[in-house]
Amino acid sequence: MTTVAADIHDDHHDHGPAKGLMRWVTTTNHKDIGTLYLLFSLLMFMVGGAMAMVIRLELFQPGLQFVDPGFFNQMTTVHALVMIFGAVMPAFVGLANWMLPIMVGGPDMALPRMNNWSFWILPFAFTMLLSTFFMDGGAPAGGWTIYPPLVLQGGNGFPYMIFAIHMMGISSVMGAINVIVTILNMRAPGMTLMKMPLFVWTWFITAYLLIAVMPVLAGAVTMLLTDRFYDTSFFDAAGGGDPVLFQHIFWFFGHPEVYILILPAFGIVSSIIPTFARKPLFGYSSMVYATASIAFLSFIVWAHHMFTVGMPIQGELFFMYATMLIAVPTGVKVFNWISTMWKGSMTFETPMLFSIGFVIMFTIGGFSGLMLAIAPADFQYHDTYFVVAHFHYVLVTGAVYSIMAGAYYWLPKWTGNMYNEKMGQWHFWISTVSVNVLFFPQHFLGLAGMPRRIPDYSVQFTEFNMWSSIGGFVFGLSQVFFCYIVYKTIKGGEKATDQVWEGAEGLEWTLSSPPPYHSFTTAPEIK
Amino acid sequence: MNKLKQLFASGALLTFMSSVAHAEYGLNMPVGVTETSRQVYDLHMLILWVCVAIGVVVFGAMIWSMIFHRKSQGAVAAQFHESMTAELVWTVVPFIILIVMAIPATKVLIDMHDASEADMSIKVTGYQWKWRYEYIGEDVDFFSSLDAASNEARQVGSDIDPATVENYLLNVDHPLVIPVNTKVRFLLTASDVIHSWWVPDFGWKKDAIPGYINEAWVKVDEPGVYRGQCAELCGRDHGFMPIVVEVKSEADYAVWLAAQKGEEVVAAVANELAVSEAVTTEDLMKKGETVYQSNCVACHQAKGEGIPGVFPAITGGVITTGPIDQHIDRAMNGKAGTAMMAYKDQLTDVELAAVITYQRNALGNKVGDSVQPSAIAALR
Repeated sequence: MTTVAADIHDDHHDHGPAKGLMRWVTTTNHKDIGTLYLLFSLLMFMVGGAMAMVIRLELFQPGLQFVDPGFFNQMTTVHALVMIFGAVMPAFVGLANWMLPIMVGGPDMALPRMNNWSFWILPFAFTMLLSTFFMDGGAPAGGWTIYPPLVLQGGNGFPYMIFAIHMMGISSVMGAINVIVTILNMRAPGMTLMKMPLFVWTWFITAYLLIAVMPVLAGAVTMLLTDRFYDTSFFDAAGGGDPVLFQHIFWFFGHPEVYILILPAFGIVSSIIPTFARKPLFGYSSMVYATASIAFLSFIVWAHHMFTVGMPIQGELFFMYATMLIAVPTGVKVFNWISTMWKGSMTFETPMLFSIGFVIMFTIGGFSGLMLAIAPADFQYHDTYFVVAHFHYVLVTGAVYSIMAGAYYWLPKWTGNMYNEKMGQWHFWISTVSVNVLFFPQHFLGLAGMPRRIPDYSVQFTEFNMWSSIGGFVFGLSQVFFCYIVYKTIKGGEKATDQVWEGAEGLEWTLSSPPPYHSFTTAPEIK
Repeated sequence: MNKLKQLFASGALLTFMSSVAHAEYGLNMPVGVTETSRQVYDLHMLILWVCVAIGVVVFGAMIWSMIFHRKSQGAVAAQFHESMTAELVWTVVPFIILIVMAIPATKVLIDMHDASEADMSIKVTGYQWKWRYEYIGEDVDFFSSLDAASNEARQVGSDIDPATVENYLLNVDHPLVIPVNTKVRFLLTASDVIHSWWVPDFGWKKDAIPGYINEAWVKVDEPGVYRGQCAELCGRDHGFMPIVVEVKSEADYAVWLAAQKGEEVVAAVANELAVSEAVTTEDLMKKGETVYQSNCVACHQAKGEGIPGVFPAITGGVITTGPIDQHIDRAMNGKAGTAMMAYKDQLTDVELAAVITYQRNALGNKVGDSVQPSAIAALR
């Protein structure tokens, strides 16, 4: 990792990374921080996954065999918080750190010290969140949506969760500022906005979403805090407040958050599919406009999460129409990916497999999303396993699959070693079969009437829950296998070329594998 | 180890027996028993088939491409990367499909919102973790909670096979009863946290929110028993507050209503009688135990140990071993901002006196005093 490109006119000798542990604590290097983010995210993916295993174990058969219902609620709540804020978001920030400066032809992120800080907040935030398991009353158990009045009944862990969320928010906002400043200021001469790779574009738009909504979440959780400890009544009907107001504020954050979790995924897949189809991305500018439209629409659809709270009919109609409209730009993206594949010359290495898996299964999640948009039908779907199936299709086989695809795609560039292709393909196929066994039956469970967030169920739901649990255990194990593949690739393996993939285009492939410590110290020439 | 063995054994058994024992398990949304539920079902099937049709085209094109446009087949990559026509087509066509979908959805939504001209109204109140039904203008008012058999079987480590319990987790002690072919308006609210009232066969769910009164309605076509559950996470026992609605013919309903009114009058008289005369501590303790089991254990636990940080212990508690006036006040009026609800509307004078006496003299407590039902009645 200490390679320094020969053409650097180096007057001082402190340009390589520091040695030992302090290298990682004090680093301001975008690649080191990217690595930290990615490893942290992998760790949190395992922690959140372990909680999912507890959930699936208890739901394997009816009756309560292993855990108390209160603990079960803690599992579902913290599983979601850890996976969203600890696994998926940091993984995307890690990918952004590694790839954005290289993709725009710059030497590093624009604000390297802030970059260090925004990462190092996270381990403390999650230590605080997870420490609530050991407090009186246990971890938060009111669901990740933390609706009052229920969440206010929590134990001593409640304020720790609130402050953990504040810290995650600060970290995200700083990360987002860094992304925007980097993209606006660090581009090599000739790298106009409409020449940027789509991963850069989607992150650019995501960063604005983050800055817009994370403060909203911070405000909402602060109001919860004062309701509980300082006798305010923002959300307490008995004091003149309004419990539904919280839901409006929360989902004003929450819906754009959904796109924060998926827009960078669009960017990754838009980089990978052209490489393995050996054909330029179809409809580049329509991809950019579609991303921007989705981001705009994400601000005016929030109440579709709340169709059952009893809104006036005008409100329900507006949010139904606006939500349905999102299908149009999302459809454009899917059609563009397929057109990119069309008449290409495709090969199916692991990154491509995960990308194709993404397109197919994200589209399935999109279909169930369209069904959920139909308000009268949502009165049946809402808060059932149908919803659970829907958001896991978009978040696991969507966001997580894109991260896997990106990891396999860029690992050889990051480490200088090829991963084991055979193992990668096994990982893909085991994951894909098991994830469908895991989540597809949940559609049927929801339609047949099983509510979400219940630790025990009526016996007619038994078979599908068993299938789902078995799928869950296999999927969980196959991610441990993924950790092994990554570990082996870091340790060694066949040396990767600079180009790595035959059809790959973009600035990252013009650098050595692994790239020099300061990426582009001389601005590259943009064609 | 035992639990694991049990798990595998029952897993294997259920897999083998699945075709026999649970042949009727649902794959799809129930069509339901109201005009509304059928409209919702039709909408659901329409959008489902639209999605399937789009899926066939989209995935078909992908699969075709993956089979024929692969390098190993000798495919040479074309270099086209835009087409205004194609982009226009796949923007406009989905838009038209959406408009076609939105029209029936709007119509159904407007129908569902129209709760006017209802023949009768029932107020539904969500509590942690039971439902209360008040028949407006009829003097009928009762609570409905999980039935005893399910409640016993669902305890951690009960060793009772749920398959042997009839309607496991979907049965209650006092079902809601409504007449067939009658437009019934529901007024939904909650006393503590947000709940959601859902019977799939009626085609909707609606949140019950403290401080709000939401409206919804049904007009059921066929007499029968319809089951559902609370659909909004409402705390520890969210999974254990089912809903059962018995739909009776109008004549049967009238009979039930009269009987119910009679029962409630009898209960009120019995309570007055009990209040008027002294009850022995022994009788209070006996009754107190049953009241404790059905109302208090969910939070305060079977041995009164509570759950540290959320649910205080009864054993050695500040309230339960302190002055009895405070204990009575807490039981009757609850504590704002916590899961401890006001029990004065849920329990009779006798039940309140019994459970307070029980808590002070059992579960490891030996305070030695007791309270008479008459004292509770005087505080109302």
